[in-house]
Amino acid sequence: MRRVAQHIATILLTVVLGGLLGATLVRFAPGFGVDEEELDARRSAASIEALRQSNRTESNVLSFYAHYLGGMAHGDLGFSRTLNRPVSELVSDRMPETLKSVGLGLILGWILGLAFAIPVAMSRSWALDLTAGILTGVLLCLPAAVLALLFLLSRAPARLVIALIIFPKVFRYSRNLLVRTAGLPHVLTARAKGLGGLRVFLWHVLPNAGPQLLALAGVSVSLAFAAAIPVEALCDLPGIGQLAWKAALGRDLFLLLNLTMIVTVVTLIANSSADLLARRSAA
Amino acid sequence: MNWPRTLAVGFLLTLALMCGLAAFIAPSGYAHQFRDIPSAPPSHQHWLGTDDLGRDRLSRLLYGTRVSLLLAPGAALLSSLLAAIIGATAGFLGGWIQRVVMAATDLFLSLPWLFLLITVRALMPLNVSPVFSVVITFAMLGCLGWAAAARVVCADARALSNSDFILLARASGASGFRLLRRHLLPNLMPLIFAQFWISIPVFILAEANLGILGLGVAEPLPSWGSLLRELESYSSISSSPWQFAPLLLLIAVVSCFHLVITDRELPA
Repeated sequence: MRRVAQHIATILLTVVLGGLLGATLVRFAPGFGVDEEELDARRSAASIEALRQSNRTESNVLSFYAHYLGGMAHGDLGFSRTLNRPVSELVSDRMPETLKSVGLGLILGWILGLAFAIPVAMSRSWALDLTAGILTGVLLCLPAAVLALLFLLSRAPARLVIALIIFPKVFRYSRNLLVRTAGLPHVLTARAKGLGGLRVFLWHVLPNAGPQLLALAGVSVSLAFAAAIPVEALCDLPGIGQLAWKAALGRDLFLLLNLTMIVTVVTLIANSSADLLARRSAA
Repeated sequence: MNWPRTLAVGFLLTLALMCGLAAFIAPSGYAHQFRDIPSAPPSHQHWLGTDDLGRDRLSRLLYGTRVSLLLAPGAALLSSLLAAIIGATAGFLGGWIQRVVMAATDLFLSLPWLFLLITVRALMPLNVSPVFSVVITFAMLGCLGWAAAARVVCADARALSNSDFILLARASGASGFRLLRRHLLPNLMPLIFAQFWISIPVFILAEANLGILGLGVAEPLPSWGSLLRELESYSSISSSPWQFAPLLLLIAVVSCFHLVITDRELPA
């Protein structure tokens, strides 16, 4: 219970400190407080001055941040200047698409990774190890954006790209971990006593490697969200990643800051859950 | 040194030399346009053909490789230095300083890398000169890529700080700065060096991702990101296979960097 409270406190602290850091960066970014409507020749001097005055209310970092936090507490994440819609509306529209892509990518990536890693670790087949090593080696050399473009050109389902980003990392880590665990004295003893491969894996290897695999599961959520940006941007999937890309190109800093905060909180929750599960299974 | 590693180092050195001499061996400048032959297939004059604007693809590949291959180590050096300073100081001092620094590092690591990169990139002006865009892109990679390395350096520095030779040096009256400079840092160098090598392919891939998304090096200066961005305009993979030369070179270079880093140095 104490550990759960500790994780919740960490997430809250991250939101508060991350928000302050983000607000400071946004406040001091070039072009803050300057509205392109000021360039509109039809506006009178009084109108431009009124526009500048309205922007000046956000000029102090702390008041800007307090205003932002106050809004956040009431579910108001601000307004996107480039897309002309409230950020909360944009996020609720696009989050399901990203969760679908990321969820599918994570499940497939893990299935692929473990499907190669477990036979390699348990059978010690050099041919399988070499094949999987080369395949994952090539995938590790490809940027997510290039994979997305290749999938687009070959008209393959774009969601699979996230799986191919997760797969090599899961394979390499779990292969090394399982090989190391399979070489432990108690596993060798179990083998020597004549236990079958499946029983050795389920009863002796998996309980030892489980906590570390769970920790990797938490980290892979962050990797999947990062891969979602190029995949959604290039394959035209209307998710959070595409929204972040559009916000970056349009320098919609407020929207970008909110999206980064939301994704950070999601990944922190995933990491904390993985950590708690890992500790529980280790105990 | 085993033979795959030797081959990898040889390939990287040859490529770096070719890119360094791009001004002499490239058929033309990276921005020179042959306006009468846009999108030309490979020929004797243009070994990899020309792009939509009539620029020689081989020349752009050589200059682009120079940008990515020479500046990624620069960014890796910056991030390794930051990691060494932050990690070694936190590990050496220990106590609450180490806890605060590691908490900040964990917070940094929990942010998805590409989200962080595009956020920071968007905070800077997007409409800048090509040279400034190169500096911004790689400086940003260097400044944001220290966290994972700092964590490793901190753990090692902490273990070293508790070792017998440091205790002896302390007992003989060595000051904190001297302990750090003469005893701790030399022993951390192999680790920092390994982190430097690990960072290079990570930064090359990050630049490629940013470039393809239009947030990297600005035109007309080529980089692997901007060269790979051309793939977006093709209709199918088989239409012009020579256009995949930058991709093949990227795979070869990143594979070579992975080979240079031994299994022992790679994170599990």
